[in-house]
Amino acid sequence: MEQIFFYILAAVVLIATLLAITERHAVHAIVYLATSFFALAGIFYLLGAPLIAVFEVIIYAGAIMVLFLFVIMMLDMGQPEKARGPSLKQWWPALLLGAVILVAMSALFVTNVPETLAGWSYTDAREFSRVLFRKYGVAVEVISLQLLFALVGALYLGRRKLP
Amino acid sequence: MIVPLTHVLILAGIIFVMGLACAIAWRNNLIMILIGIEIMLNAAMLAFVGGGAHWRLVDGQVFSLVIMALTSSEVSLALSMVVYLHRRKKTVSADEFSEMKG
Repeated sequence: MEQIFFYILAAVVLIATLLAITERHAVHAIVYLATSFFALAGIFYLLGAPLIAVFEVIIYAGAIMVLFLFVIMMLDMGQPEKARGPSLKQWWPALLLGAVILVAMSALFVTNVPETLAGWSYTDAREFSRVLFRKYGVAVEVISLQLLFALVGALYLGRRKLP
Repeated sequence: MIVPLTHVLILAGIIFVMGLACAIAWRNNLIMILIGIEIMLNAAMLAFVGGGAHWRLVDGQVFSLVIMALTSSEVSLALSMVVYLHRRKKTVSADEFSEMKG
C-alpha cells in the first residue's frame, strides 16, 4: 500500500518540478514548486520522517516560497508578456549535463540488484530531538549563529540609503 | 523502509538533475537560479532521509534539518541581495551584474 503511495507522490514531484522549471511565468513556477514540495513532504512521511515532513511544509512551502512570491511581486516581475524563457541555445548545455548525470547514474544502478526491505521504521519527535540535542548539540549552536548572521546581513542589505 | 533505497536515490537524482538544468538554462534570471538551487537542496534532503530510513538512523533526518536551516538563511540573504541589485539597476538579469562596482 505504501509503495503505491510512494510512486504516486514521486510522479507528482517529478511532473510538478518539470512544469516549474519550464514555466516562463515566475509566479506560476513558484506555485508548481509549492505543489512539488507538498508531495515531497508526503514522501518524507512515508520514509518514516514525520517531523521532517512537517518542517518541509512549514518552512519550504510556507516560508521560503512565500518569500520568493513577495520578492517577485515586489520587483514587479509578474507580467508574462515581458517574461522571456531560455532559448534552445541556453537549454542544450543543461540537457547535455543532465543526460550525462542520468546515464552515469543508471549505469551505476543497473549493476546493483535493488534490495527490498520489509518493515516500517518510524522516528517520533522524542527520538529525533534526543539525537539532535545530545549528539549534534554543536550543530544546533552553529545553525543558530548562521541564522543570526543571515538576519543581520539581510537587514544590512535591505536598509534604505540615508541622504 | 517501504521501497528499495535504489528507487529513492533514483528519484533524488532525477530531482537534482532537474534543479541543475533549471539553474543552468535560466542563467540569465537570478530568481530562477535560486529556484534551481532550492530544488537541488531538496534532492539532497531526500537522499539523506532515504539513507536514514534505510540504515535505521536518525542522523539523516538531523542532517536534512541542518540543510533546511542552511537553505532558509541562504534564501533570505540571496533575496535581499536580489532586491538590493534590482534597486540599483532595475533588472534581475544576471548579465547586467558582471562588474563589481556597477
